[in-house]
Amino acid sequence: MADQNALQLILSGDATLFAIVWLSLLVSLSAVALAAFFGMPLGALLALTRFPGRPVLVVLLNALMGLPPVVVGLLVYLLLSRSGPLGGIGILFTPGAMVIAQTILIAPIIAALTRQTIEDLWHEYRDELTAMDVGPMRRMTTLLWDARFSLITALLAGFGRAAAEVGAVMIVGGNIDGFTRTMTTAIALETSKGNLPLAMGLGLILVAIVIAINAALWGTRLWADRQMG
Amino acid sequence: MHALMADLPLVLDNVSLDVGGARLIDRVDLTISPGAPTLIVGPNGAGKTSLLRLCMGLVVPTSGRVSWGSRLAAGRSRRAIVFQRPVMLRRSVAANVRFALAQAGVPRREHAARALALLDRVGLLDLAGRPARRLSSGEQQRLALARALARDPELLLLDEPTANLDPAATRAVEDIVLSAAQSGIKIMMTTHDLGQVRRLAGDVIFLVRGTVCERRPMAELFDHPLMPETAAFLRGDLVI
Repeated sequence: MADQNALQLILSGDATLFAIVWLSLLVSLSAVALAAFFGMPLGALLALTRFPGRPVLVVLLNALMGLPPVVVGLLVYLLLSRSGPLGGIGILFTPGAMVIAQTILIAPIIAALTRQTIEDLWHEYRDELTAMDVGPMRRMTTLLWDARFSLITALLAGFGRAAAEVGAVMIVGGNIDGFTRTMTTAIALETSKGNLPLAMGLGLILVAIVIAINAALWGTRLWADRQMG
Repeated sequence: MHALMADLPLVLDNVSLDVGGARLIDRVDLTISPGAPTLIVGPNGAGKTSLLRLCMGLVVPTSGRVSWGSRLAAGRSRRAIVFQRPVMLRRSVAANVRFALAQAGVPRREHAARALALLDRVGLLDLAGRPARRLSSGEQQRLALARALARDPELLLLDEPTANLDPAATRAVEDIVLSAAQSGIKIMMTTHDLGQVRRLAGDVIFLVRGTVCERRPMAELFDHPLMPETAAFLRGDLVI
């Protein structure tokens, strides 16, 4: 692969290249799904509850949006390494470890943006839902459902972060050829090898994919806005 | 739903409400029993909306007490409110009504049929599949009424449901309110429209500066207002 330029690789349907693209998408999208699964209810819960120390938690959550990927990578590495507390499951340097690291990286982003969205919607819905005797649990699910199209923004932010980061997947994945090599780690590797055309080509593919996914989700949102007001 | 306890009579016992240092409702005594619609009139800021929110149990009085059917608080209530600017859930018209039915404890298998019957009752059957937030304001008021009626209420509170509506839309809302009243639902409704009071009211509460200035049967109030403020208001003078 290193001897050809990126365009030839794409046009020839190079299996290695497509494996890299596929793995990148699989890892990042799995991380988005997992982070949404945990982050959205957490954000909604934080939006709808009042307790001492809540402001601190909100600030902390917002701050966690800026977690450096290498720090998350290091943390997950320590957890999963053979001598670490979770070393027994033996998933360090596998795609599974990469998904875990990216999930930890983007769950705060999704939770923090969800918190804001749900809190705004709650101000609008509060009287109406209270008058309908809607209990706390149902409030959360109702608001999450009615905010579903606004929450696309939170998913996009999470996906963007996951797709673009290199530090975490590099540390816990190890950039193993054909197994844990993603677009970002491949770009870092090819750049350090001096294979700039290939690095550039991979970069373009990555940007194109991110744009395509953003466009698709944004289109969904615009469509939904027109449908649902 | 028949197992639910009664919400009437609604009794306000020496109720005051302060918000941010301002007294919005001042020592109000009020009993609301089944019967013809009670309309609440008064100048802006007289406390009409606050009074309805107290009657719904959405706010707790600063002093005094509110009770429904001699209970201080209820689990699921048999009262419903339509806000002046009702919030439409970001769902279809029919889904808005189904949501209200679910919250009122109606079994799921009855939702679809009941929702359509309620939409028919408010004349929105043709729009059942539309996104609720795409409706005109008159249609939104009617959908809010359908959601309120979904609760099978004993007491229905309406906060200026026809403000900013044109005559045709006002007529549509009034027809729904009248038919609800005829089916035995007690209506409490605020308005600025004295014509509407004549068309709908059994009795009238005239509210000034958070106090009940006068409460009388509609015809009596119009013919022989007891209080100078009421007389001035009915003449069309400014009452502040």
